[in-house]
Amino acid sequence: MSTSAIETKVKNIIADQLGVGEDEIKPESSFIEDLGADSLDIVELVMAMEEEFEVEIPDEEAENIKTVGDAINYINTHKK
Amino acid sequence: MSGFKDKVVLVTGGSRGIGRAVAVAFAKAGASTVVISYAGNEAAAQETVALLQAAGAKAEAVKFDVSDTAAGASAIDTLVKTHGRLDVLVNNAGVAVDGLVMRVKDEDWDKQLDTNLKGAFALIRAASRPMMKQRSGAIINITSVVGEMGNGGQAAYSASKAGLIGLTKAVARELSSRNIRVNAVSPGFIGTDMTSHLSDELRQKMMEGIPLGRLGNPEEVAGAVVFLAGDAASYITGEVLKVNGGMYM
Repeated sequence: MSTSAIETKVKNIIADQLGVGEDEIKPESSFIEDLGADSLDIVELVMAMEEEFEVEIPDEEAENIKTVGDAINYINTHKK
Repeated sequence: MSGFKDKVVLVTGGSRGIGRAVAVAFAKAGASTVVISYAGNEAAAQETVALLQAAGAKAEAVKFDVSDTAAGASAIDTLVKTHGRLDVLVNNAGVAVDGLVMRVKDEDWDKQLDTNLKGAFALIRAASRPMMKQRSGAIINITSVVGEMGNGGQAAYSASKAGLIGLTKAVARELSSRNIRVNAVSPGFIGTDMTSHLSDELRQKMMEGIPLGRLGNPEEVAGAVVFLAGDAASYITGEVLKVNGGMYM
């Protein structure tokens, strides 16, 4: 999967999970501060990304995923 | 009744006693699929399955020991894959090993805490994922009057059941935003295999402490569980519903 395909897919998941418009989702957007996510939303996002990209995101890594860019980077580096 | 139409229910420890009555009550309330788990009694589990089918539900008995947390998680996984969803989880499986506190062995303590408390926790952890996705679900933990008032000779059992109450309330808070309600039912002295070994003398003594003056039956506990799982209880979460004949108020 290309980097831009991953970016699109991650944004789709975020839009779907958080009920926000894709135009609001920028790499620098913080899930909690900008996109209105709560801690359960983050867990669900992580779960959805794990499923979509067949990666395991350990809890200690998930804690560092705070922005949309963090999520995209994580998937780019860890995808199979 | 069609309140549970298309609903998938899992009752642990469903082969006998309260678990069987709960499973049957869901089938009678119209649940389309009722799955029970059992640790060892295959014959009793199959009897329950026959009762569930007679009540019109699709029924299945799955063998796993709830204290084996990996087995529990995998059972939930398989259940959701097979039936497409999980609407109601009833953590009923429990074990009591009575003994005065100075004589309680580590292994007996562990066995009760692992089955009654850790087992429930592990299944809640596994079930919360599909329920969060569904944006709906009901979890009911079967605690006990002794978890609320204590009982001599049941230090571990009481501790495990009190722990279930804390677990119920914590998870109720955590999952509320996903429309998942978590409640407990706290039975008093119910006539089942677990209480059948008590001496007549002890039985008589306990009866004196029960305002309604009799043992409860498993169906009376099941009624409370079905109520808490259904739409009639849609604004109830984190509650501990006592079904004890007034034994503890």
